[in-house]
Amino acid sequence: MTVHGEELVINMGPQHPSTHGVLRLLLKTDGEVVGEALPQIGYLHRCFEKSAERVSWNGVVPYTDRMDYVAAISNEWSFVLAAEKLGNATVPERGEYCRVISAELQRIASHLVAFGTFGIDMGAFTPFLHAFRDREKILDILEMMSGARLLYHYIRIGGVMSDCDSKICEMIKLFIKDMRTRLPEYHQLLSYNRIFIERTANVGIITREQAINYNITGPNLRATGMEWDLRKCDPYSIYDRFEFKIAVGTCEHGVSGDSWNRYMVRLIEIEESLKILEQAVEQIPAGPISAAIKVFKPAPGEIYARTEGARGEIGFYVISDGDLKPFRVKAKSPSFCALSGFHEYSRNLMIADLVALLGSIDIVLGEVDR
Amino acid sequence: MVLTLLKSLMLVGVLLGCVAYAVLVERRVVARIQTRMGPNRVGFGILSTLPIIGRLFGFLRYWKFSGLGQPIADGIKLFLKEDIEPANAYRWPYRLAPIISILPVVMGFAVIPFGPDIELLGRNVKLHVASLRLDILYLLALGSLGTYGVILAGWSSNSKYSLLGSLRATAQLISYELPLGLALLSAVIYTKTISLGEAVEFQLANGWLIFSQPLAFLIVAVAALAEANRSPFDLPEAESELVAGYFTEYSGMRMALFFLGEYMHLFLAGSLITALFLGGWSVPFFGAAPWWLGVISFCVKVGAFLFICMWTRSTLPRLRYDHLMHFSWKGLIPLAAINLVATAVWAALL
Repeated sequence: MTVHGEELVINMGPQHPSTHGVLRLLLKTDGEVVGEALPQIGYLHRCFEKSAERVSWNGVVPYTDRMDYVAAISNEWSFVLAAEKLGNATVPERGEYCRVISAELQRIASHLVAFGTFGIDMGAFTPFLHAFRDREKILDILEMMSGARLLYHYIRIGGVMSDCDSKICEMIKLFIKDMRTRLPEYHQLLSYNRIFIERTANVGIITREQAINYNITGPNLRATGMEWDLRKCDPYSIYDRFEFKIAVGTCEHGVSGDSWNRYMVRLIEIEESLKILEQAVEQIPAGPISAAIKVFKPAPGEIYARTEGARGEIGFYVISDGDLKPFRVKAKSPSFCALSGFHEYSRNLMIADLVALLGSIDIVLGEVDR
Repeated sequence: MVLTLLKSLMLVGVLLGCVAYAVLVERRVVARIQTRMGPNRVGFGILSTLPIIGRLFGFLRYWKFSGLGQPIADGIKLFLKEDIEPANAYRWPYRLAPIISILPVVMGFAVIPFGPDIELLGRNVKLHVASLRLDILYLLALGSLGTYGVILAGWSSNSKYSLLGSLRATAQLISYELPLGLALLSAVIYTKTISLGEAVEFQLANGWLIFSQPLAFLIVAVAALAEANRSPFDLPEAESELVAGYFTEYSGMRMALFFLGEYMHLFLAGSLITALFLGGWSVPFFGAAPWWLGVISFCVKVGAFLFICMWTRSTLPRLRYDHLMHFSWKGLIPLAAINLVATAVWAALL
């Protein structure tokens, strides 16, 4: 970029409405054009990994909730999966179904937040409130399942905390019906709005090479047209029983890997999650929801387990020394990876495009900093 | 003289009240569209806390008035807020900027004809403050002046966000003044008058201008939205990009002055459009209406314009800076120019 006159250095954040939390971006701009954007992270660092070494195996789960607080259940599941693999714990059928149901509900809730906040970033406030009204229904269901509305501590080692009974299943069915009528409204309101398309299509492109090089997963990777979804590619739990498609960028507008496609992938994923939910609610068998584990004490060893969270691959690398507490926990968070290449794909964008890029990669700072 | 003073005072008073309540209406309308309630709690219960006479108003405590007390509460709040001046601000421009930005807008209302001439106590009273006969020219001149407030605010705050916001605002205001001026010119050519009162008289005789000059109407409406920094052209204060644009550093009543100025700008644009394109005080299907009905009709038309603004605000995302420029320079200005030439040719041939 050739700078005309003086370079303007702007601090965007950590208190800024569109940095989605406490991200600080150091912008070097020439008027409206951003030459370089350097993310400065760490404002929400809470020593998760160190804290995890001080509590029991089950005690780590609530800490994982606080990583990605917008989609807490996917984090829980990933850590619990690692622990179960280490300790050779088995989960009863019904427990697995409860997990799938809660995780898919959570995924929809998370994508609704992404949809809404992206709308705000683009200057449209209405979609946000509509999305939150629908998210409210999910929170009500999850509250009935777990007693909490944001940080659930629902998935435990060996199963889940409480049952997803027939009453909840009815609520979910109702929600699925509701949500299916709402999605076309979302598309009308935002997705196919002319201004919105102009703002997002062909803007903030992350190429497939970049995405793979920076280990970007989840919707951000799928928006580049790559069919990579751990639920299909490395099926865990009972995901191989459900019929659903991997949502990839449609390229209806713009090119693959741009902001519009990233946004669209999330909305398609909501549809796919609804399909999974529908099947899960139908298939859910009777039986116990949790294996009776009195003391969880896995044998020494190490393991890496991963699940497909709302933002991509959430992985936990866990080392056990045969104690009641994990010896070492290392989390791989998709938001961190998505942000790590930010300086590269934000080059020569306008400030408004930078907001579109940041909003469409949908980061949660709690997960970036841990 | 006394009459003019009286009229100005009335105008400013009514205007401020209207703006305050238009803000409430906007909040309620937008809330409705966004599936919320909006402010519906604040009534006038505070009166019951007055000493001695408070007892008389005790009943107000339980009556919510669906939020009708909200504008007053907001106003009081803004007056009581701390007035922060950044240490590095250029003091006098910083203090003057809000006044400079609101003054031209208030002055603009002087030439808006709200109704026909009326007979009051045996005198002929005109329902506008100043009889300039150069109304449109005067409004365009004032519109350009408003830019100074924005530039000064952004520059004197000595803050980067303010500076960027004011750069955007300046570019936007200048770009949209051109199509606005061109479109207004074609209306002037068509009506053969530059006075708004006479333009209304013309429309009373020949039908509303929106039907004979639809393109000019559309251009003026869009450009007016942009001039007033309203969504989807609200980039100068895009909170997701620039925090609050050129008035980021302002607080309390000074911030409110910018806000009021912008809102009044919208009122002014609505009044101009009503007078020039929507037949002013003429009442449809009602040949010779009494003057008060004319004034009501004028207000209803302005209200309709405001409602559409609220509607667009809650539906549309924000344009990007360069798209905005393209839209004006490559879209609106050529269109307005073609419209102007066509109107001129038509007028010359007749």
